[in-house]
Amino acid sequence: MFFLSHIWLIPLLPALGAAIMFFFGRKLQKATVSAVCVGSIVLAFIMACGAVWQYSAWSSPGEHFHQPYQTILYTWLGTDTGHLTYTTHDGAQAPFQADAGFLLDPLSSIWLLFVTGVGMLIHIYSTGYMAHESGYYRFFGYLNLFMFSMLTLILANNYVLMFVGWEGVGLCSYLLIGFYFHRKSATDAGNKAFIVNRIGDAGFLLGMFFIAWNFGSLRFADVTQLAHSGRFAIGDPYITAATLLLFVGACGKSAQLPLYIWLPDAMEGPTPVSALIHAATMVTAGVYMVARSNALFVLAPASMKTVAIVGALTAIFAASIALVQNDIKRVLAYSTVSQLGYMFLALGVGAFAAGVFHVFTHAFFKALLFLGAGSVIHSMSGEQDMRNMGDLGHRIPITHRTMFIATLAIAGIFPFAGFFSKDAILWETWSREGGAYRLLWYVGYATALMTAFYMFRLMYLTFHGRPRMSHDAEHHIHESPVSMTAPLVALALCAIVAGWLGWPHSLGGSDRFTAFLEPVFATEANVLQQQGRTTQLEAGAKEEERNTTGEWVLMGLSLAAAGLGWGMAWRNYRHADKGYTEPIAAVPPVYNTLLNKYYVDEGYDYVFTGRRKLGNARLGVLGLGEGSSWFDVHIIDGLVNGAGWITRLTATISSWWDKWIIDGIGVNGPAILARMFSYPARLFEWGLVQWYALVMTAGLVGFVFYYVYH
Amino acid sequence: MQNHILSIILFTPLVGALVLLFVPKENKDAIRWIANLFALGGLLVSLPLVPMFWSQMQSADRFKFIEGVPNNWIPSIGAGYVIGIDGISFLLIMLTTLLGWISILSSWTAIETRVKEYYVWFLILQTGMLGVFMALDFFLFFVFWEAMLVPMYLLIGIWGGPRKLYAAIKFFLYTLAGSVLMLLGILFLYFHHHALTGIYTFSLTALYETAPKIYSDPAYGPGIATLLFFAFFFAFAIKVPMFPFHTWLPDAHVEAPTAGSVILAGVLLKMGTYGFIRFSLPFFPDVLMHTKVRGWMITLSIIAIIYGALVSLMQKDMKKLVAYSSVSHLGFCTLGIFALTPLGLSGSVLQQINHGISTGALFLIVGILYERRHTREIAEYGGISNVMPVYATITMIMFLSSMGLPLLNGFVGEFTILQGTFMENWRWGAWAVPGVVLAAAYLLWLYQRVFFGPVTNPKNEKLHDLTPREVLTFVPLLIMAFWIGLYPKPFFEILEQPVNQIVQDVRHPRSGAAVNAALQATPPATAAVTASSTRGKN
Repeated sequence: MFFLSHIWLIPLLPALGAAIMFFFGRKLQKATVSAVCVGSIVLAFIMACGAVWQYSAWSSPGEHFHQPYQTILYTWLGTDTGHLTYTTHDGAQAPFQADAGFLLDPLSSIWLLFVTGVGMLIHIYSTGYMAHESGYYRFFGYLNLFMFSMLTLILANNYVLMFVGWEGVGLCSYLLIGFYFHRKSATDAGNKAFIVNRIGDAGFLLGMFFIAWNFGSLRFADVTQLAHSGRFAIGDPYITAATLLLFVGACGKSAQLPLYIWLPDAMEGPTPVSALIHAATMVTAGVYMVARSNALFVLAPASMKTVAIVGALTAIFAASIALVQNDIKRVLAYSTVSQLGYMFLALGVGAFAAGVFHVFTHAFFKALLFLGAGSVIHSMSGEQDMRNMGDLGHRIPITHRTMFIATLAIAGIFPFAGFFSKDAILWETWSREGGAYRLLWYVGYATALMTAFYMFRLMYLTFHGRPRMSHDAEHHIHESPVSMTAPLVALALCAIVAGWLGWPHSLGGSDRFTAFLEPVFATEANVLQQQGRTTQLEAGAKEEERNTTGEWVLMGLSLAAAGLGWGMAWRNYRHADKGYTEPIAAVPPVYNTLLNKYYVDEGYDYVFTGRRKLGNARLGVLGLGEGSSWFDVHIIDGLVNGAGWITRLTATISSWWDKWIIDGIGVNGPAILARMFSYPARLFEWGLVQWYALVMTAGLVGFVFYYVYH
Repeated sequence: MQNHILSIILFTPLVGALVLLFVPKENKDAIRWIANLFALGGLLVSLPLVPMFWSQMQSADRFKFIEGVPNNWIPSIGAGYVIGIDGISFLLIMLTTLLGWISILSSWTAIETRVKEYYVWFLILQTGMLGVFMALDFFLFFVFWEAMLVPMYLLIGIWGGPRKLYAAIKFFLYTLAGSVLMLLGILFLYFHHHALTGIYTFSLTALYETAPKIYSDPAYGPGIATLLFFAFFFAFAIKVPMFPFHTWLPDAHVEAPTAGSVILAGVLLKMGTYGFIRFSLPFFPDVLMHTKVRGWMITLSIIAIIYGALVSLMQKDMKKLVAYSSVSHLGFCTLGIFALTPLGLSGSVLQQINHGISTGALFLIVGILYERRHTREIAEYGGISNVMPVYATITMIMFLSSMGLPLLNGFVGEFTILQGTFMENWRWGAWAVPGVVLAAAYLLWLYQRVFFGPVTNPKNEKLHDLTPREVLTFVPLLIMAFWIGLYPKPFFEILEQPVNQIVQDVRHPRSGAAVNAALQATPPATAAVTASSTRGKN
């Protein structure tokens, strides 16, 4: 059981790679950098495969049947003594503790496998893509750090450690989006990503506190067990609050309305980053977290509804923007947002396994699409605007063919991966809870149509039609090196077969994917049972059996939508030449709104950030900041300085009073008076002896004259 | 040595200052070497305290390593040289000796005028700060508290920036105003103790017994106790500084020399929070538990968190930005204190240490650019990571630590405070959380403007990266940041006992509300209370 008992090594290996890059990277050769950083991920992938393999043996029927495997390294937060406690909602004392502990169960196994697998392929691809960039070691250091964070997120056995990975991936995302830090647009996008994610993280934090308050623990195992114990009623307000707040966190990380705005801008980063972080792995963290908390979410129907509605709205909203974008990466970015919406739709209607299944298939075909786009951009010497592409199909054939497979997969064409997962989601949306979510099915269905259209539009504009690039660029077009095409081929293979794991029963398959996840999600049925809602379960089961035909009809409809979207794109863009017209441009207001992304960024800048002034007033955070600074300088410090000024004024007045009144009139006044009155007297006595003698003589003479002549 | 370890730690810097007096002032390098030697010595003599404290941590005594007995210093007034520590003061002392060494080391090239006086005052300041954290006698405490004020005043006033006199006087008068009120409070407690026991003493442990009784004392009652709380509150709130008493801080920081800022933010501000924990909480438990005072404290803390961050966002001067961020961070610390839960308190103390580490480092970071360019205007910079990559990396790590990124120190403190506060009242926790978002905003924006982009200002093209001495000043801080982030368990273990003790004191005081409630339960006694309190007013 080496691999299983050492699962903590899986995140640690890339951390080690990142540490080596941090300390020595600058002095290392590019080849050494690649060897260390790719090597660490390859090792992690091998360990992950080994761990999952050993886990499936460990948890097979027997002592540990369907149990999660846990291993605890050390107590991270808090103490072991149990004296550091907090008071929970019901007045009990709960120890404050968070382990550096790791957990492997079917849910984390799936993420573990595709994150290390896709991560490995993208690392290999990056050695080709980034070969001519400066800061090569920095790039791989960040990528390794990202893998560490992502794997911590996946393998954590409690919410706090999950939060470590959660914030860690956000940090790496920030660092990698701003990798070209000379470009202001890149660093702006990085800041935006980090800060918007932080808003979500704040929600996550509060959600965690609500959980700790209710359950007295933040370990997944404890929380799940308590949630299933029947102590909590369905619709418990605090659990609803906790789940809604967790979902705020998920909206930030997984780019859902209204916090999706950072993801399209994140395309400023190098393309492998977009593939790894902003398509395949990090952005699915929100889905993972909600799926991980499924025991809580099923206790909060209001939260489930919110998740489903937000997911469906995001799906169609982002897909509509993708219809008219011209930047190849932006189309893919909005596509990612839209597909993530699908996943949340599935979670929200309670089809957790279907949501996770879509995460799994999406990881392959979306990573492939981004890497393909990277290959296109690479061959076009950095050009990203599809208006300046065209007719690349035969010049970069491997890229073209692999991307075509990915497009078939995302559009949901049978039997490519996306067909199975998307179909599962749409079917569940249609049939769950007796059709309560059918309205959302229409939204999802319309999104499927749009998806096929914008993806085939992308393909035709890029690989077909007339060449629209400059002669200079045309000259340089070349297929990418093997280090880049090999991962494309590997991913293309996955984009075909990954879906087969979930081949549905209605088509004669056994849906092994859902069966594998059963230990994690089946418990939801237990909860319903405990809460006495068995009839509903049975009704659902019956309906499902009856509706195999219904499932076929829906599949047919999905295929029709995909075909329709494909056909529309084929008609419009197959021969695209310079100055081709967009069909939607026929209605300019709609076209402009979509092209400008519903003006949401502008709106946010007016209202929330305050980067734009509304008339003369600045609102939002910057407005508050300006107001506060003014208040600080003029009011608070004004009062302080005012107090100082008053003190000085009174001091001046006192000293004036002292000098002129007390000392002047009171003390010196009498003195002056005395001096005034003494002046005449002084005339007689001024100390000159001769004068005295003169006066005496004169007096004497006077007397003598007086007496003599009188 | 075990018996006098605290005195040794306390007076090592002072001895250094005395030695420096005998060195001719022209011999600048000798002065620097001696000062650094004593600063490092101050750190080294404090290191043995770590294993010593660790081994005594479990003992039931509230204070450990006690030296002296009450009233041994000036028996006639009841003042004693009594020092001792618990887990809280232990951590703050270690922080002080570490930051003291780092800031003296960082001053090597920054200070060129009146070098001798500078180091003498700095070492005296160091002893003053250590004394505040060790004193278990109110008289001794007040001596250190005031003694610390003068060197800081001179450090700002002599070696400060262009508006140094304004800043220094503002700092001095503002803090002194608070101290005067505290002195009145101390004297009240002193005479009250005499009235109850017939003994004149400033001994802290003695006052712990009598001070809580004021609230339910028929002669004084809740009104007087609340007034007394506020007498202490002003002294500590100004020092912290809590909103709205914070405006001296940006001025003092902007004008102070780098090392002064490091010590000011790293240690001096902690005097306020330490005062709350050591005095306000155990002295006035009923005021906190049974009046609206706590609500006000929490409100002011939350305002400080949000408001400090918002004002920080708008600053154009790097140092001012960091200063306002301190207001926000200290808001978290006071929030944790007044949540009055073991978690809130231990998170608060941990966050005080974290703030010393991160913000200390941030001031060093600003100082390094200032020393090279003599300006702190953000607009003067841009693209610095091109020319100073090592510096840029260290800055990024310290920024992340300051904004509370997990696996670095800031997160552990903030998370513990927020959880502790949330469990007491979830609304308080919810109000404080936006501060976390704003912290990311002002720090990342600052980083972008200073470090990213091309080098646009030609004056920045020739900047040289960190020297080995400068790197050395950051190394211990980086190690501490990662240590607390990755393995904070020892810190929690150190704090466990004292915070539980304090919460116990506040929530279940030996006298006070219970007595009061009992009094009010029986009508005749209530009548007696009213009668005697009227008499008291007469």
